[in-house]
Amino acid sequence: MTKAGILLNVNGLRIEGESGGRWQEIVKGVSLRLDRGEVLGLIGESGAGKSTIGLAALGYARPGCRFSGGQVLFEGRDLLRMSESELRRLRGMRIAYVAQSAAAFFNPAHRLIDQFIEVLAVHGFSDRAAAAAKACNLYACLGLPDPARFGQRYPHQVSGGQLQRAMIAMAMAGDPDLIVFDEPTTALDVTTQVGVLAAVRSAVRGSETAALYITHDLAVVAQVADRIMVLRQGEMVEEAETQTLLRTPGQDYTRRLLTADPTIRRERAADGHLLEIDNLSASYGARRVLDGISIRVPKGRTMAIVGESGSGKSTLARVITGLLAPDTGTLRFDGAVLGRGTGQRASETLRRIQLIHQMPDTALNPRQKVSEILGRPLTLYNGVKGEAAAEQVARLLEQVELSPALGDRFPGELSGGQKQRVCIARAIAADPDLIICDEVTSGLDPLVAEGILDLLSDMQKQSGKTYLFITHDLKIVAAIADTVVVMKNGEVIEQDGRDAVLKSPRNDYTKRLIASVPQMDHGWLDTLTARSSADK
Amino acid sequence: MLLPKEPSMTVLARGSAVSSATGGRLSPKWLKALAAAPLSAKLGLFIVIFYVGLALLAPWISPYGEAEIVGPQFSAWSSEFLLGTDNLGRDMLTRLIFGARNTVGIAFAATLLAFAVGGTLGIFSAVAGGWPDHLLSRTVDVLMAIPQLIFSMFLLTIFGMSIPVLIVVIALVDSTRVFRLARALAMNVTVMDYIDVARLRGESWLWIMRREILPNILSPLVAEFGLRFCFVFLMISALSFLGLGIQPPTADWGSMVRDNATLITYGDISPLLPAAAIAVLTIGINYVVDWFLDKSSGLREGQ
Repeated sequence: MTKAGILLNVNGLRIEGESGGRWQEIVKGVSLRLDRGEVLGLIGESGAGKSTIGLAALGYARPGCRFSGGQVLFEGRDLLRMSESELRRLRGMRIAYVAQSAAAFFNPAHRLIDQFIEVLAVHGFSDRAAAAAKACNLYACLGLPDPARFGQRYPHQVSGGQLQRAMIAMAMAGDPDLIVFDEPTTALDVTTQVGVLAAVRSAVRGSETAALYITHDLAVVAQVADRIMVLRQGEMVEEAETQTLLRTPGQDYTRRLLTADPTIRRERAADGHLLEIDNLSASYGARRVLDGISIRVPKGRTMAIVGESGSGKSTLARVITGLLAPDTGTLRFDGAVLGRGTGQRASETLRRIQLIHQMPDTALNPRQKVSEILGRPLTLYNGVKGEAAAEQVARLLEQVELSPALGDRFPGELSGGQKQRVCIARAIAADPDLIICDEVTSGLDPLVAEGILDLLSDMQKQSGKTYLFITHDLKIVAAIADTVVVMKNGEVIEQDGRDAVLKSPRNDYTKRLIASVPQMDHGWLDTLTARSSADK
Repeated sequence: MLLPKEPSMTVLARGSAVSSATGGRLSPKWLKALAAAPLSAKLGLFIVIFYVGLALLAPWISPYGEAEIVGPQFSAWSSEFLLGTDNLGRDMLTRLIFGARNTVGIAFAATLLAFAVGGTLGIFSAVAGGWPDHLLSRTVDVLMAIPQLIFSMFLLTIFGMSIPVLIVVIALVDSTRVFRLARALAMNVTVMDYIDVARLRGESWLWIMRREILPNILSPLVAEFGLRFCFVFLMISALSFLGLGIQPPTADWGSMVRDNATLITYGDISPLLPAAAIAVLTIGINYVVDWFLDKSSGLREGQ
């Protein structure tokens, strides 16, 4: 079925969202065109309306949203004027959707293959054997291991990247004309992301399928999209061929997105160590998570700990802070041995080590106002109360570049970036010597993340605090770290100065990790996959 | 006198109030919410307030004394005895009004105690984990394995019947259910990073339970309070019906049904009036609780 021409035509789409009883326009007249077999990348920060537009391509508006104008023409028919039953016939078979979180998408109680077959059965395709064969084909095509038996597993028995690919297979079950990918790799590690990206690309290249690819990562969309549309606050900023957009961005905003990488600082030498970890092992129940870790954290500098999820880097943070007692090994902080758990540490020791969590949403008590959250460490450690505490809270908020008026708000009334700044303010309220940052920027948009990183390095310049920066983002490492530790499966596999690790990695795994970081180059993924297949 | 800036005072206020510390500023908001409440909630509130009013004003609004014998036994409804008299010749209306006072008061005290004990232990269990959690949870399992009514009768027989014992026994039996709920709710909160943060700050268990967890699980607990209150109410009535609850001559709806049950054989519905009073209050409370649940869970109408 090779029919050329326009598949999806969105004209002046307007969508309103309700907040606090009022309707506000969140998509303000966006138009786009998608030909058969073409991939259009939608890119922008959160709140740009890209997911809302993606869902509109399925004729769907989230609860609390409504279409207020424009057309979404799929093969010339307006989805916004179709009845629910007509839409249901299109969705799943002709238009498919791939969500960000595969874990939330699958029913954990059914085998993958059964869930695949169900999609086809719902749309009246009842030949089980044929459906299963089709699943096998797609699994193979997406590079899943052992495609014949892969479907027999339950969702929890496969890795996150594999599950994401299984979801893409389900989206392709009905040979759709259009697939909407909504941030399909955002939750994945760089090394896993490469596999899924390759799968997405082979999915769209091998067929006549067109795709909308939604992401906030320009380097990712550069690998898959033919054209890219940049969105901001519900409006189109610009649209161009991928190559053109990357080489000669027309708008200031696009240029800022392209250069949103943090500025690179020079590596600094250190004198003395603040934290010495010797032969540390820890486990959750019977499962060993950290095995014989020895790390020296230089005083007044930034050390980055990198590794994929499951490498034990967050567990290491829990052990250092005392949330998890180690099995063996010693921790020395500023010369003194640290207690195993928080109970065995003096209040003063607890104050000197602060942890900033990855998810500010769960790190701030939703029922406490910002002023209470920031005031508590002041009261607890310094006995500051009342007026004096209020003054210090205002100063802390200013220090993290927030308006002191925000003190009166609950965390739910703040944006993601603001919440993370509050978490940072809470950590510095204790005036610690060591701040452990556990993936503090991974949930944030690139421009917001850049602001947070700048803030942290400015604070280090002023106060000489030591940072332990846990991350999987090597771009951040390159920008801020002085020393780097690479972890894999609970062990340290490389530990050296930043430039030594990044420029001349000794370990194979480190090399692969560095190669997996998407580059702002249309051909990067091709080069990488070509190289890895040549290796095999 | 009470300086609002004084931190300990605001802490107390916040701990007890359903909403947040700024109760004064929020009160117009509550009035507005009340005005916007659905009809069922308004009806429920009206019923509850009506009952509380009856209970508080019983001695002044009832036509006769609580245990006063004022006429012949089982006399029919008349202008003298609006709802007739009971098996001893006491005025039914009077005893219905006093019954509200006794039964509702005891039910409220018992429910409050059940929530204080069960809620505290449940949250503690979730925060402490490990063997304290095991010990408490298994004890509760054992208590829950014994049928509620039979267990209460058993305890009341051992310790003898008096109002304080009745309250404590009912609270104890009911606190097991509250414990399970509070523990399950608190478990969801203890995995949050802000609990880790509080631990890392070196906060005491009491602080973590009261300031970090309680405000986050308060709304389902309050909703459960309304439902539990109804169950306790029914339980007191059931115990009284069996002769183990509130003792004569104190008026009580449960025993009023039992004492006058023979009338039903003659086609007189008077014995059903106390039962109807119980039913109406139960419905009223549930309307209020439903409304509160809707408000606090953030589910809007029509979604």
